[in-house]
Amino acid sequence: MDRSLLIHVAVLLGLTALAVSTTQAAEPAPARQKELVHMVRQDCGSCHGMRLAGGLGPALLPERLADWPDDSLVATIIHGRPGTAMPGWQRFMNEAEAGWIVARLKQGFPELD
Amino acid sequence: MRLRPAIAALGLTLGLAGCATTPPEALRGTGDLGVVIERAAGRVQIVEHSTNTSLATVPGLGDLSHAHVTFSRDGRFAFVFGRDGGLTKVDLLTRRIDKRIIQAGNSIGGSISQDGRLIVAQNYEPGGIKAFDADTLELLSEVPAEYAPGKFSKVVGLADVPGQRFVYALFEAGEIWVTDFTNPRRPVTTRHPAGRQPYDGLVTPDGRYFLAGLFGEDGISLLDLWQPERGATKILAGYGRGEQKLPVFKMPHLRGWSLAAGQAWLPAIGRHEVLVADARSWQETARVPVKGQPVFVMARPDGRQVWVNFAFPDNEWVQVIDTVEKRVVHTFSPGKAVLHMEFEPRGEEIWLSSRDSNRVSVVNTTTFATRAELPADAPSGIFFTARGQRIGF
Repeated sequence: MDRSLLIHVAVLLGLTALAVSTTQAAEPAPARQKELVHMVRQDCGSCHGMRLAGGLGPALLPERLADWPDDSLVATIIHGRPGTAMPGWQRFMNEAEAGWIVARLKQGFPELD
Repeated sequence: MRLRPAIAALGLTLGLAGCATTPPEALRGTGDLGVVIERAAGRVQIVEHSTNTSLATVPGLGDLSHAHVTFSRDGRFAFVFGRDGGLTKVDLLTRRIDKRIIQAGNSIGGSISQDGRLIVAQNYEPGGIKAFDADTLELLSEVPAEYAPGKFSKVVGLADVPGQRFVYALFEAGEIWVTDFTNPRRPVTTRHPAGRQPYDGLVTPDGRYFLAGLFGEDGISLLDLWQPERGATKILAGYGRGEQKLPVFKMPHLRGWSLAAGQAWLPAIGRHEVLVADARSWQETARVPVKGQPVFVMARPDGRQVWVNFAFPDNEWVQVIDTVEKRVVHTFSPGKAVLHMEFEPRGEEIWLSSRDSNRVSVVNTTTFATRAELPADAPSGIFFTARGQRIGF
């Protein structure tokens, strides 16, 4: 096989793999979704309330979040908010997963099983 | 007919006899009773710690994701404060809800007055406290946490103290307030600057000192309630030594169980340490390195041990500190997501709730052997009626 063709194939395969992984990251696998729902309701819930109606932290209900841009909400989850009690959660999720959480929060967050 | 009054009289006698005869098994004291919160299901279990069993389940208590319980002095009624502002009076003997009201939009807990006649709730939304008649749950008065015109604070750390007073801290305002309910319809409040972002508070078992843990700075705010005019002072200031804080994934909880062996044992914020201060001079005497961010730092009633649980992600662990050696002597995992612990009144056993293992474990505090495991649906708080006899609970 021609060497340049080989490189083309390799690059194509790489791009395909990248595309697949990006789509997967945007929509976590079902088991991971379950973990994220549990984490949000139970662990984020210790400040925001299990029903996300607020506590020491603000409510995370759709009407409350509607005016916030997704990327700033994702940044808040990943990096926290200095000067407040909100820590960054980057040890426990990536940005795509935080994005999935933000989208679900804005729709009305899934219940625990 | 002459027979009729006789029959009526007989019926009355039988009826009265029926009322007066309580089945012997139903006659019991309440000193060994308690409740376990099933947070997601909005239920409580009524439990007893003489033989470590669950007696009944009482449903219909709303959102219990941050529930707190205080008890009537006769140990019969549990007042359950729900996150959704629900205040439910549960009869531990009939095992039913006696009364239930929604008193706020977002609540965090409450406490009972020295004379047992007032229940005071502390609320996030609307920020402030409210006093209720303990018998009827009628609203008697409220103190909005309006610390500046139009600005309301969340209330944390509410504790009852002698003189029909309640002490609490204001998260946004950075103040400690003392409200006197001697006249329950006309409360009188005094304010004391405390420090940045107090997250919870405790009163010492004698009711003298109120300590507010600070989130926004390294230190604890201390108010001497025997001499409140002297104002709040700061202890353990700068314990973080200017180092970068570790993230805090759950706020610690303070209560009057922090004193043991003449020392106060307190969770550090953003450090995996328990801070130890002399309970007379309030000077730091030690720090005990632990496995994670401490949430509850709870002394066994005799003070020889201090038990610690942790914030996410270390919340499957529990550590036991020996208060003489000031070091961890036992580390174990009773289950996943250990949310709360409660000692039996004399301390020979401790109950631990494991939310994600759906069980409550009863552990011997000398041998650390598990004595019982009770199934429970995502349990959180465990509260025994012995709290009803203590200042600050």
